Amino acid sequence: MRVLVAMSGGVDSSVAAALLVQQGHDVVGATLKLWGGPSDSGCCSVADVDDARRVAQQLGIEHHVFNLSEEFDRHVVTPYVEAHAQGRTPNPCIECNRAIKFDRLLARADRLGFDRLATGHHARVTGDGSFRLRRGADADKDQSYVLSMLGQAELGRVVFPVGEMTKSDVRAHALRLGLRTAAKPDSQDVCFIGRVEGRQGFLADKLEFHPATVTNGRGEPVGTVDAVELVTVGQRRGMGHGTDGARRYVTAVDVPGRRVTVGSAAEAVTAAVVLPDATLTWVDQPLLDGARAVAQVSAHGRPAPCAVIRTGDGLVVRFDVPQRPVAPGQTVALYDVTDPDAVVGAGIAA
Amino acid sequence: MSEPPSTYLDHGATTPLRPEVAHAMAEARSEPLGNPTGSHRPAQRARRLLEEARDEVAAHLGRDPGEIIFTSGGTESANLAVFGVLESAVRHGRPAVVVCSAVEHPAVRQSCRAAARWPGVTWRELPVDGTGSVDVDALGGLLCTETALVAVMLANNETGVVQPLSRVADAVRERAATARVFTDAVQAASFLSLAETTSAADLVGLSAHKVGGPVGVGALAVRPPNGIAPRQHGGGQERERRSGTQDVVGAVGLAVALRFASAERAEAVARVAALRDRLAAGLTETVPGLHRTVPPGVNVLPGHLHLCLGGIEREELLLALSERGICASGGSSCASGALEASYVLAAMGVPDELARGAIRFTLGHDTTGPDIERALAIVPGVVASLRHDP
Repeated sequence: MRVLVAMSGGVDSSVAAALLVQQGHDVVGATLKLWGGPSDSGCCSVADVDDARRVAQQLGIEHHVFNLSEEFDRHVVTPYVEAHAQGRTPNPCIECNRAIKFDRLLARADRLGFDRLATGHHARVTGDGSFRLRRGADADKDQSYVLSMLGQAELGRVVFPVGEMTKSDVRAHALRLGLRTAAKPDSQDVCFIGRVEGRQGFLADKLEFHPATVTNGRGEPVGTVDAVELVTVGQRRGMGHGTDGARRYVTAVDVPGRRVTVGSAAEAVTAAVVLPDATLTWVDQPLLDGARAVAQVSAHGRPAPCAVIRTGDGLVVRFDVPQRPVAPGQTVALYDVTDPDAVVGAGIAA
Repeated sequence: MSEPPSTYLDHGATTPLRPEVAHAMAEARSEPLGNPTGSHRPAQRARRLLEEARDEVAAHLGRDPGEIIFTSGGTESANLAVFGVLESAVRHGRPAVVVCSAVEHPAVRQSCRAAARWPGVTWRELPVDGTGSVDVDALGGLLCTETALVAVMLANNETGVVQPLSRVADAVRERAATARVFTDAVQAASFLSLAETTSAADLVGLSAHKVGGPVGVGALAVRPPNGIAPRQHGGGQERERRSGTQDVVGAVGLAVALRFASAERAEAVARVAALRDRLAAGLTETVPGLHRTVPPGVNVLPGHLHLCLGGIEREELLLALSERGICASGGSSCASGALEASYVLAAMGVPDELARGAIRFTLGHDTTGPDIERALAIVPGVVASLRHDP
């Protein structure tokens, strides 16, 4: 097969490329330039691109840089900023996968005559004709959550070569091949936000922050915050303690009303979350009204058994046991109750 | 996958080393070469080769050998010209204005931008019209008694548009008599007679690898010879204008490359322009949505063909062409190697959606008819396979 492998400059995609070459495929590497601003690996991540290029050279494959920074800005960074302005908690990695890697890049691979697009994600695609998306073999590194928006059209054209491997296998393989990325630390957090400036620093020159009143569940003011836009539902940090000395959690964020509501651990729970229809995606067949599933609400969150109910507002996910609050904007991935490694679909919490 | 034959249409990026140049450089190396500042025989031999090369480069530029400074290439020449002139200008605490065209090569543009961070230095940009030619009428309004340097390239590296340098120089003499004119002649040197076309400039920058010479050597002509401050300090080589042991073999390479370019010029210009016109006509006929970036009738270097293809991403086009053995270029890249939106096309007012599909074919002295026929056989099919709704 002719395979385009997206090489981030990390060890997983390096080994993905190496495995494809070993399997005898006709492989071309591409690194995406997504962010034109400063980052932890230098302007436009030049150090990461250098790593990817050098690995491609070691493997004897061609390497190209694709500048998708305009698209990234439009589909990932701008919505990320706008979501904060609305008090929502977006997942930019999911939006990048949805709009950039498995949309723009996949279309590009098609036009260029590639049979498959490969990435270094820890996830597995099984089946032939009808495809399933499954968790990666390494439970700690599983990335099926950030891929949970993929459907049949994408899954039939992608390959995740390291999905069957543990991270230590991946590193050992890279070391055996002498790849310079073998010992490179895993990437952390959001690629366009520097470790030093942080989310607050990044948003500070793109968004006006507003102070807000913090109230308890009875509407009584218990404090203030400087920037309501930076507060997330479920957040504990900075919310202090209640009169009983117990920690308080954010249960609601109202940006226009300049109000943050907090509650005790017992109050800060969610029994159900609504996923509007427009945000729903299905790996294959949609879940029927009343179906059972297992929900995961963050990249490495604990799976929570649930039932799904179809309503006029969208799909309601009702947890068997109430969960820590799900912030608006957070992606909820749904897994198969009879085969809990398999993704069924996903939606974004209202 | 077997390697396709390579059709090299990227001479604007770098040219193949001419065999005669390689031979002359090998010859220069064939006997012991000392450091040209030394006094023993190998040193004297090095000094002789260096000064012969300088004489030859000076002759091609129509200048006195004392005006020629050997550098490491076009970028260093541009930096030395911009900073060297401005440092002299502001030395006594006077303010200085630098004007450069909006389509200057980054070596010039970024030097001006960096110099503008010095106290007292102001940077102004001279706009271009829709054909990519500098707007000489606008120059008048940008010049003042404090103008120290005006930088306008001889021909643009992306579009190949030859700039009206003598009219620029006339305007400068008239309104800013003490200002110096610098022209980056790097892209034009293969095809234009430098002695004729750069005579109005005080400073001229050159690079060897764009004219069939080696990478890593270039020259800056400076008039008057002591008219710049050095940027590189040390042993005082190049009459204290550029310290560092000279690359004698590289200087020989530059001189010989210019010699052959000059000897073949008349014939090469006609032949290469005809090949370029054949490529342009053939593609115009077979590729729908093709836009000639520079309208016919504008003075363009004979090897340049710049096109914008609607509904095409140039990154995809370059990759697909490369896989079929056609080497072209899509504009300038950033440090990561990613193509960047072209400020040259933006300055010309080319719409973004067209600029996304920008491609530059640059032919050279070694381009052949079969090269063009191969490109004509391959490019239309590739474009058709890549076209999508923007």
